[in-house]
Amino acid sequence: MMNHRLRFKLCGAAVIAASAALLAQQPQTPPPQPQQPTSVGIILTGEGGSQIRLAVPDLLALSNDRETQEAAKTISEVLWADLNYEREYYMIPRDTYKSIPVAGSITAVPYERWRELGADGVIIGTVERAATGIRIQLRLYNVRAQQQVLGREYTGSAANPRIYAHTMSDELHDTQRQLRGVARTKLAFSSDRNKEAVVATVEKRDVKEVYIADYDGANPRRITINRTLNIFPNWSPDVRSIAYTSYRTGAPDILISNIYAGTMEQPMKGVGQNWLPVFSPDGTKIAFVSNRDGNAEIYVANRDGSNLTRVTNNPAIESTPTWSPNGTQIAFTSERTGTPQIYVVSSDGSGLRRISQETYADRATWSPPPYNEIAFTAKTGPGFDIKVLNIGTGETRQITFGEGSNESPAWSPNGRHLAFMSTRAGRSQIFTVDKDGRNLRQITRDGNNWTPNWSQ
Amino acid sequence: MRRNSKVLIVLVLLTVLIAACKGKNKPPVARPMPPPSVTNNPNTGGPPPAPPVPVNEPIPVPPMPSEDTVMSKSIDDLNRDSPLRPLFFELDSSEVSGPGQQVLQTNASVLKKYPGMQVTVEGHCDERGTAEYNLALGERRALAAKNYLVSLGIPADRIKTVSYGKEFPFDPGHDDGAWQKNRRAHFVITAK
Repeated sequence: MMNHRLRFKLCGAAVIAASAALLAQQPQTPPPQPQQPTSVGIILTGEGGSQIRLAVPDLLALSNDRETQEAAKTISEVLWADLNYEREYYMIPRDTYKSIPVAGSITAVPYERWRELGADGVIIGTVERAATGIRIQLRLYNVRAQQQVLGREYTGSAANPRIYAHTMSDELHDTQRQLRGVARTKLAFSSDRNKEAVVATVEKRDVKEVYIADYDGANPRRITINRTLNIFPNWSPDVRSIAYTSYRTGAPDILISNIYAGTMEQPMKGVGQNWLPVFSPDGTKIAFVSNRDGNAEIYVANRDGSNLTRVTNNPAIESTPTWSPNGTQIAFTSERTGTPQIYVVSSDGSGLRRISQETYADRATWSPPPYNEIAFTAKTGPGFDIKVLNIGTGETRQITFGEGSNESPAWSPNGRHLAFMSTRAGRSQIFTVDKDGRNLRQITRDGNNWTPNWSQ
Repeated sequence: MRRNSKVLIVLVLLTVLIAACKGKNKPPVARPMPPPSVTNNPNTGGPPPAPPVPVNEPIPVPPMPSEDTVMSKSIDDLNRDSPLRPLFFELDSSEVSGPGQQVLQTNASVLKKYPGMQVTVEGHCDERGTAEYNLALGERRALAAKNYLVSLGIPADRIKTVSYGKEFPFDPGHDDGAWQKNRRAHFVITAK
């Protein structure tokens, strides 16, 4: 039992270390070096330049136990969904190849059958018991050339087999499409799903706690436990900490939870009321809103609260900061003209300019490079919709169109997707959508869920 | 002569216009405020329009709770049937309206009658603003209510403010009636 837990922890630590290493190289724009010893330079293509058609049949379980059998099914399903998510491949529906017999081994691929199905590539894999959990082998074959394109082997805990599918998907996107996939990213959001009430109020008030989940909504996990409002979570770039607005002391203040260390920081140390923290792209600073000088203004401080600087100075409300990808500018909301609009300013307070022309705009969120876009919440009728403003061209396009109210957009780290809150399904839930408005997915279903933030 | 009077009329019109414009740009109540709390000086941060002079004059509002009921009740019971009335706001506004001033005058007289009473003013908003921006709007509403009370002579250190944005609606509905109830400064008694 102990041993098993330890292994799980080690595996988790390895995954974190891997993503931290990935992040360390992230600021330099060139994509991470592909390092696949088995298949250097082989890129799968579609027939006659059309979209590549991929099949992911069930993995072959080489051990008879239930855990291995289930892992084989889960990994193939999740891998199919992960690859489908980025829309780089046409993923052939899995039920159309149920009749194709599972290969006797990872190398005995019935190519003709896959050819008949119109597949350009097929991912064949095996799962077996290993001394430490399970061992997974995955191979992408070119059906026409009858040749292996990519091969991977993973060994680790059987507790969460989805992580192997996510890793394979990210590596496949990376090596085959030079694309940074999001399969191993996470969403943070606030939720009332634990159905507790705030202590010591006359009215019944529902607690909101910060939760995290995989990008597809799986593996939800509660982060805060303090029976009050914990809202507007924001990931640190190393995905080890979450800053958020907590009413733990009775008034809004910034807390930072170090989710793997299990520790917590209160950077503002009780000075003023502080809310809506956002980590700078290098993780060393936070921008936030505070009323410490009399009304809501934007401030920047080091992560530990030191070196405080005031960015805005205006009698109007200033709120909801977001950093530019290189950390030199901040976009925020101000109602200095009478309605909330989005402005951009250098982080030292110079070069202010207004960029939105809406009836009401808030929650600017700057896309990662190479896109120079800001997604935001705009009032479009009785409710809100998500819009994206291209800063270069000044053009604004709408992503959602009045299906419920849609608020609080957050970019995926590859800039291809947006997470947001929508009431289209009745309650408040987290959805993701591609930046062209397609590929809508409901991520949460338990309780009400708000203000998503996407990890690196 | 006729020309002169025409010029005069134009001048008068201009003056009125400018005055009107100025008025629009600067809502009368609760614009920039000096730092909240801490200071005990009631002279700081008084909102521009002075409240009607005779503060203690009877106003047409519910009768003052008797000393016994306030002193004998628990704080929870007091808040359940509070002698302090909520103050309501217009959409996207933190301006204390005429009826709002009356409410605050009543609340001020309750607070004057019970000098040990400490309150937290909660700023609340309706769902027609965003969750993020509403936190600042609620903050401004709570502060507007507090500053008005301070201008009526209530010591600032008896009044705390907190904004809940649209996080805790009083009415979960999605119509005008609900929205109206949810745009409020809500008074919670924390000590008596």
